[in-house]
Amino acid sequence: MFGLDALELARIQFAFTVSFHIIFPAITIGLASYLAVLEGLWLKSGEEVYRDLYHFWSKIFAVNFGMGVVSGLVMAYQFGTNWSAFSDFAGAVTGPLLTYEVLTAFFLEAGFLGVMLFGWNRVGPGLHFLSTLMVALGTLLSTFWILASNSWMHTPQGYEILDGRVVPVDWLAVIFNPSFPYRLAHMATAAFLATAFFVGASAAWHLLRGRDTPPIRKMLSMAMWMALLVAPLQAFIGDLHGLDTLRHQPAKIAAVEGHWDNSSGEPTPLILVGWPDMAREETRFKVEIPYLGSLILTHSLDEQVPALKEFPPEDRPNSLVVFWSFRLMVALGLLMILTGVWSLWLRWRGRLYQTRPFLHLCLWMGPAGLLAILAGWFTTEVGRQPWVVYGLLRTADAVSGHGALQMGVTLALFVVVYCAIFGVGISYVLRLVRKGPVSAEGRLPSPGGPGQPRTPARPLSAPDEGLDESVASDALHGRN
Amino acid sequence: MGIDLSLIWAVIIIFGVMMYVVMDGFDLGIGILFPFVRDRGERDLMMNTVAPVWDGNETWLVLGGAGLFAAFPMAYSVVLSALYLPIVLMLIGLIFRGVAFEFRFKAKLSRQHLWDKAFIGGSLAATFFQGVTLGAFIDGLAVENRVYVGGALDWLTPFSVFCGLALIVAYALLGCTWLIMKTEGRLQRQMHDLGSPLVWALLAVTGIVSLWTPLAHPAIAERWFSLPNLFWFLPVPLLVLLCTFALLRAIHRNAHYAPFVLTLALIFLGYSGLGISLWPHIIPPAVSIWDAAAPPQSQGFALVGALFIIPFILMYTAWSYYVFRGKVTPDQGYH
Repeated sequence: MFGLDALELARIQFAFTVSFHIIFPAITIGLASYLAVLEGLWLKSGEEVYRDLYHFWSKIFAVNFGMGVVSGLVMAYQFGTNWSAFSDFAGAVTGPLLTYEVLTAFFLEAGFLGVMLFGWNRVGPGLHFLSTLMVALGTLLSTFWILASNSWMHTPQGYEILDGRVVPVDWLAVIFNPSFPYRLAHMATAAFLATAFFVGASAAWHLLRGRDTPPIRKMLSMAMWMALLVAPLQAFIGDLHGLDTLRHQPAKIAAVEGHWDNSSGEPTPLILVGWPDMAREETRFKVEIPYLGSLILTHSLDEQVPALKEFPPEDRPNSLVVFWSFRLMVALGLLMILTGVWSLWLRWRGRLYQTRPFLHLCLWMGPAGLLAILAGWFTTEVGRQPWVVYGLLRTADAVSGHGALQMGVTLALFVVVYCAIFGVGISYVLRLVRKGPVSAEGRLPSPGGPGQPRTPARPLSAPDEGLDESVASDALHGRN
Repeated sequence: MGIDLSLIWAVIIIFGVMMYVVMDGFDLGIGILFPFVRDRGERDLMMNTVAPVWDGNETWLVLGGAGLFAAFPMAYSVVLSALYLPIVLMLIGLIFRGVAFEFRFKAKLSRQHLWDKAFIGGSLAATFFQGVTLGAFIDGLAVENRVYVGGALDWLTPFSVFCGLALIVAYALLGCTWLIMKTEGRLQRQMHDLGSPLVWALLAVTGIVSLWTPLAHPAIAERWFSLPNLFWFLPVPLLVLLCTFALLRAIHRNAHYAPFVLTLALIFLGYSGLGISLWPHIIPPAVSIWDAAAPPQSQGFALVGALFIIPFILMYTAWSYYVFRGKVTPDQGYH
């Protein structure tokens, strides 16, 4: 099918479904914590702006959560359907970790999500705040388990091989494997940043259209404090993560740097741009800064960074992909830092909410965090190749024995269905964003209960806004 | 070894799958029955009878998948890769159904029919391919050296297709009796009229599957018809006949709750019959739960979490059914 073999199609299918999926959990993680902060500030200060923002973002959170559950259903089965040799080889480690992730998510949904979304007027403020906190904690716990599983595939330890399969011998060593703390910190921070820029872009959109209200201003203000403080922190965490990768996966670093040869004995330059060519074993058209590669990665001026030619050709990850995905991520990160610094300057000058070029930048930076997350995951996952469990199992040996036709057909199906279904979902989220916060929403009685036309009880039923522009169902409910 | 972890995990997964079949069964059945009800208001009502609970019902499917991966990774890898196409099609059906469920209520009236079609199509596809998966599973999977060695379309047999159709009948009856229990008036009468034909249809397909299976599989025939097994297992078909009879009577005398309870009993009996035929094989015809087991370190570690969380899920499930008990009327909505 299009000259791709079954293995390549299986990899594309996994990349497609997981890339679509990760958008939703990333925003879920960020919004859950944002909502906890908003509710805490509301309880502490009693300022209505926090309560209005809480209600506005909790609806978007709910839709987003629903989308994440639906797209996650496919992920729970894909290891077995498409990567059966991996599942049999490493299932003794990966299976229990994924089970804990599923159990955590369900525990959260069973216990606290309902109270958080539908209990504002039904339980006391303390219990409601506790529910929001538990939901936020739950999203982070889910992140914990899924990244423990993924990190173990990068830096496996705490296992032995018995009959050609992995057997866990020390669960603490399995979970707290060397790359896990860095990856967890990097991903959780990325989720917070992606959410902050999404929130900031929403505020900028309204401000650019002249909707200059206290809640909109508060959204932009909070988002820009996050950009200013957390984007540089993320760069620092990313640096630590990179140094950890250098220790455990040197070939990945060599590929990210597009660095081929150490025979000259000279310190490694930093290649800014170039075209890594796997066949020619060189990076063409490169623009480089001498010494900087050594300085960044070894924190010295004479030590060399690993070079791709030190690894046999069959053990090298595709340098072209990771070279550019990494640079895309870093460039977006630098733009985020820049946005934060500019916001501080404008805040100091008292022009944060009026400077149109800045607001346009904020609007365009809305998807930046999500793009950076995708670019980062492409870097780390493609950089792990040709291994699926680093040093233990090759991706080519992990795939199920399906034919190319079968994989091509299902891939096409997934593309069509995902674009249709999640296209509608995402456009619905954007519609909610465009509607903007409504003042004093939290003072209205919650819908539902005896004699009420509508009792929402699931995440996606939290918002009652219609799907289309002229909204018949809103009129039906007598709202809006 | 004191505790048989594989046995405990097999019981958990069998229980989880049964919870799934029973609970998602009646809400998939609602989608299957949608074409028989043309009135928009009554369709709203049908959805509202399951709206508060349907997404929790699918919890069990995810839990079953994850539990299988943790406790029996070999079965997870072989069964899912062997039944790749029907499982993917089932998942896509479930996605369509789930999203249509939510967005139908948010769509313009002029576009609602599109979501109705997605809901019907998704429900039918998910049910049919669940049945096909089950049928192919009963037929057995070719395994050598822990790897599936059959072809991409081995699952497509007359028997598996028939199982797909049979499951549509079973879920339709579950949905029908659920609606008899949860609604009143015209919709309930419509369901009441559909009830008896569906019971006869279910009796017919159950009978055919029950004969087809042992005829095609001597080992299963041996399990059922050898002595003294026959006497132990004889109550199962007898109870099926008894329940069917009682079900027809209950529908005839306009009972509201008994039809649903008796349909649940029928589903449970069918499930038990399946268990009797296949036990202890987790990949028919030859791989047992102990052959496919994860090492005890993995089964034990995952069990701690499962035993802690599953009671909470059960309590929450019971509570949400309790909260939304009773008849659903047109002026209530849970969308």
